[in-house]
Amino acid sequence: MIMLRYAVYRFFTMLLTLLVVSVLIFVIINLPPGDYLSNQIAELQASGQSAGVAKAEFLRKEYSLDRSLPEQYLIWMGFWPGPHGFEGLLQGNYGWSFEFDRPVREIVGDTLWLTVVVNLAAILFVYAVALPLGVLAAAKSRTWIDYTSAFVGYLGLATPNFLLALILFYYGHRYFNLPIGGLMDPSFEGQPMSWEKLKSILIHLIVPTFVIGTSGASAMMQRLRANMLDELGKPYVETAVAKGMAPSRMLAKYPLRVAFNPFVADIGNLLPSMVSGSVLVSVVLGLQTIGPTLLTALKTQDQFLSAFILMFVALLTLIGTMISDILLVMLDPRIRYEGREA
Amino acid sequence: MTHNPDDRYVDDAPFDPQASLQQLERADLDAPNWVLVWRKFRTHKLGLISGIFLLLCYLMLPFAGFIAPYGPNDRNGEHLYAPPQSINWFHDGEFIGPYVYPIVAEADLETFQWKFIPDTEDPRPIRFFCEGSEYKLAGLIRSDTHLFCAPEGATVFLWGSDRLGRDVFSRILYGAQLSLTVGLIGISVSFFLGILFGSMAGYFGGRIDWVINRVIEILRSLPELPLWLALSAAVPSNWSPVAVFFIISIILGILDWPGLARSVRAKFLSLREEEYVRAAEMMGASSGRVIRKHLLPNFMSHLIASATLSIPAMILGETALSFLGLGLRAPAVSWGVMLNDAQNLASIEIYPWTAIPMLPIIVVVLAFNFLGDGLRDSLDPYQQ
Repeated sequence: MIMLRYAVYRFFTMLLTLLVVSVLIFVIINLPPGDYLSNQIAELQASGQSAGVAKAEFLRKEYSLDRSLPEQYLIWMGFWPGPHGFEGLLQGNYGWSFEFDRPVREIVGDTLWLTVVVNLAAILFVYAVALPLGVLAAAKSRTWIDYTSAFVGYLGLATPNFLLALILFYYGHRYFNLPIGGLMDPSFEGQPMSWEKLKSILIHLIVPTFVIGTSGASAMMQRLRANMLDELGKPYVETAVAKGMAPSRMLAKYPLRVAFNPFVADIGNLLPSMVSGSVLVSVVLGLQTIGPTLLTALKTQDQFLSAFILMFVALLTLIGTMISDILLVMLDPRIRYEGREA
Repeated sequence: MTHNPDDRYVDDAPFDPQASLQQLERADLDAPNWVLVWRKFRTHKLGLISGIFLLLCYLMLPFAGFIAPYGPNDRNGEHLYAPPQSINWFHDGEFIGPYVYPIVAEADLETFQWKFIPDTEDPRPIRFFCEGSEYKLAGLIRSDTHLFCAPEGATVFLWGSDRLGRDVFSRILYGAQLSLTVGLIGISVSFFLGILFGSMAGYFGGRIDWVINRVIEILRSLPELPLWLALSAAVPSNWSPVAVFFIISIILGILDWPGLARSVRAKFLSLREEEYVRAAEMMGASSGRVIRKHLLPNFMSHLIASATLSIPAMILGETALSFLGLGLRAPAVSWGVMLNDAQNLASIEIYPWTAIPMLPIIVVVLAFNFLGDGLRDSLDPYQQ
């Protein structure tokens, strides 16, 4: 029951945060002077095409870009009636992309869940790699295993993601015949989900997952190792060893459990950087996630498109953080339910 | 010295079992803090080497123009995508000092690439302290003397040339000027904001604390890169490269402070209950004075260590932004801008040397990490 209350409480704080974030995003998007349409109008007027101007003016009215910024924000969110009544994010209307001349919903479409898939795969990769390696590095601390994993971890932290992506792609293709670019075989694009398509996506996911996950995995591995080392020095471990417990069983049963908490909590810190990484890597590798679209939208000041994508990315991170917080409470009864401090 | 009948030698002075112990501890306790820190830091070999390396890197920055054989935007129309040239010492078994072979471009009509063929019959010694393109020493003093330059009629591309025939080695040196300082400026901004907000939240508590905490939480829960992208997309494209550079580093700093502010706040929460703080307050010190004179010095060293650890993120951030074309733009030279050329698989495969700027990035980022680790371990000299 208390659990549920905490979950509900956490959900509402998330909504509140999202609201603040939406304001923040809206402000940032509107920082550059002018907007897509007024730029276009100026350009059209300079070249003397009056027909285009009329259309752009119409669009400006249609999407209430002629109103004040606070009003624009409220209309965009769907708190305030626009020219056609309530039509904002809340009503499921994501706006219009001027650059592509299509509704935002159509453009992002498939890429939304592919983004989720890529990030989910990267998180799984982080756990799958960091857990065994971190425990191993702690259990065999100050041996070559420890040093090797630390070295690889440092290298993973220090190499810029996008370069790692390019290099892995190149060598992956050369030696393992992994496919280059994209998230699926072009023939499957726009096709309904099928077994073959799933297989194609999985193969295409290998390199991106690796690239996005590496730095996160090495950070998490180091933290797990440090936590484990703290625990391994404690008397209860000595007792267990003295009583003749098998080392692997002892590790899994006592210190690992204690060291595990930060492991779960950390995903909240890790997620933002991983989502960042996935955007960058997607641009470099041409994955069909929202990364490349975001970049184009930002460069062309296509405000509804970029604002929506930024909102989506923020939502993704916030949900991830919320889940990790709730998991943490389930895992560790010592954590207080009602926020952090009274 | 007394010679005992049982053939042992005994010192005449009375024996004090505590003396040796005390002497050792006394000296340690009396030593100023930085001596202790330095003593401990010295044992951290990796951190020490990294620190010296970084120091050399930063000292090199003002003299980049002197060390580099070419200017950052000098084009060599006849040597586009020239591969790295080696510097040789012996020609036909005879020592003639450092020299290069002149290379001549030949079109390969099958692959439609330039092929560069060295003329191994014609060694040309490299010139030292020679005149080349003009540059400004430390941005102030005009000079055209270079440490070394290409011999007459030959080129010296240590790490190859890029798509416009510019020397990659020289550009890396020039790029370091921007890439390495971005981190410093960014960290100063983040340091300032982090200490300001962190200390306000921790010292005053209450409503201010609540507000700052929420802001920190929100900023930390957002993915950095999209925000960086959005903010840098807002930088007008007609600004000068220098202005863009400052704005970019400030943007990097603005989004980095929450982590620092959190640790400052945590420290303040525990320290503000200390008696010396109360004493200072009783004597009428203003909040600002208490914070600056009594609280901050307690963990300044810790803050510096954690700041060192977050410089790499800024360097990587600048690289990523420039790489995507939203950070620094040509004619500015930074490592990220250079990597922009290596953006596709083709150049990695055919001209791998265009990706060389990744090496300094990796090395510098690693060095900052090791230095930060070393500092963090040694800043608490009393801890075992």
